[in-house]
Amino acid sequence: MNKLITLEEAADMIHDGMSIMFGGFLGVRNPFKLVDAIIEKGVKDITLIANDTSFPEVGIGKLIVNRQVKKVIASHIGTNKETGNQMNSGEMEVELVPQGTLAERIRAAGAGLGGVLTPTGLGTVVADGKDVVEVDGKQYLLEKPLRADVALIVGAKVDTKGNIRYKKSTRNFNPIMATAADLVIVEADEIVEAGELDPDDIMTPGIFVDYIILGGDK
Amino acid sequence: MDANMEKEYIARRVAKELKDGDVVNLGIGLPTMVANYIPEGIEITLQSENGFLGMGPAPAKGEEDSYLVNAGGAFVTLNPGGVFFDSAESFLIIRGGHVDTTVLGALEVDEKGNLANWMVPGKMVPGMGGAMDLVTGAKKVIVAMNHTAKGSHKILKECTLPLTAVNAVDLIITEMGVMEVTEKGIELVEINPEFTVEQVQAATGATLIISENLKPIEV
Repeated sequence: MNKLITLEEAADMIHDGMSIMFGGFLGVRNPFKLVDAIIEKGVKDITLIANDTSFPEVGIGKLIVNRQVKKVIASHIGTNKETGNQMNSGEMEVELVPQGTLAERIRAAGAGLGGVLTPTGLGTVVADGKDVVEVDGKQYLLEKPLRADVALIVGAKVDTKGNIRYKKSTRNFNPIMATAADLVIVEADEIVEAGELDPDDIMTPGIFVDYIILGGDK
Repeated sequence: MDANMEKEYIARRVAKELKDGDVVNLGIGLPTMVANYIPEGIEITLQSENGFLGMGPAPAKGEEDSYLVNAGGAFVTLNPGGVFFDSAESFLIIRGGHVDTTVLGALEVDEKGNLANWMVPGKMVPGMGGAMDLVTGAKKVIVAMNHTAKGSHKILKECTLPLTAVNAVDLIITEMGVMEVTEKGIELVEINPEFTVEQVQAATGATLIISENLKPIEV
């Protein structure tokens, strides 16, 4: 199976109204080329799932500024004023999720779990409307799994089978997002032949990855 | 003391709380400064929420690595023995009780150890990031902040802003004093010799318990 596709072919798979997970942290190594392709195509009504909404002029932050997003699910929106503006005006819905809970909800979806129990958020607005479950005398919030139609992630070195090696602090949400979406596309800094990555160094097995595009070094 | 000297004073005092071998997460701003004042002979490991242990100082100009930033998005370095991981493992470390101490700022703290530091309704809603996980999961939670916000109380009988966590804070360190959150209330255990107990109490919105062994802060 050939997983290598062009940016145009990738953009053809992304449609209005989709929920999309984006790897990256505060604009550091979002899938920049895929984001630009979504901007160029003018995809609308996206549910954007990411750690944060970056900065107005960087990566996924531009999707907010362009008003292509109808709902954000993230842990932090403070670095992109436009997210707050559109939230306050009621144009866009924002669901703020503690960062660890966001990671675990995505992991739960990828692992086939019915949710996770965590004390994070107990006694705060995060607990509003959620079930509190008592286990051995301790209280926990039930946080439900979080899936998406698409996950757009980044890898430093990706082989032709889709096996991914990340680099330094840019691993963040990418490996878990790869497990929790119907369609997974990785934007690779570098693409190598299968067998060139040491199997011990592979961080995301290629079975999670549907397609690969070349992002190049940025 | 001017504002910068106050920050350094607080950071220096917080640094003395850290023990050899501790895994520590420092919040953005004043808490980050704590790393500059770790006492000699004490080796700590800094954790960064975006996925590594062994965070080092900012790189020299021109040495920045676009793959290596801290949880505030600023360029940093990695110390020998440092290690990278994904967000699930990062928060397993945080939520599973594997971080010894977290140091962070606050908008309000109260005598029950409740903390508010993530939003001001109608004004500022940046999001909680990893703060709720950190204060719930870390073994020890230190709030490092100015004692008041330009004169208005931040240490209260009861928080008024949306909470970050309930009953989570262990220790409060300000330019005026060091306070432990106890079951009976907030106990002033150390005081900046520049202030009197009465001045510290007047700057505090909860009734302080004054320790029988009240000591001057040494930094």
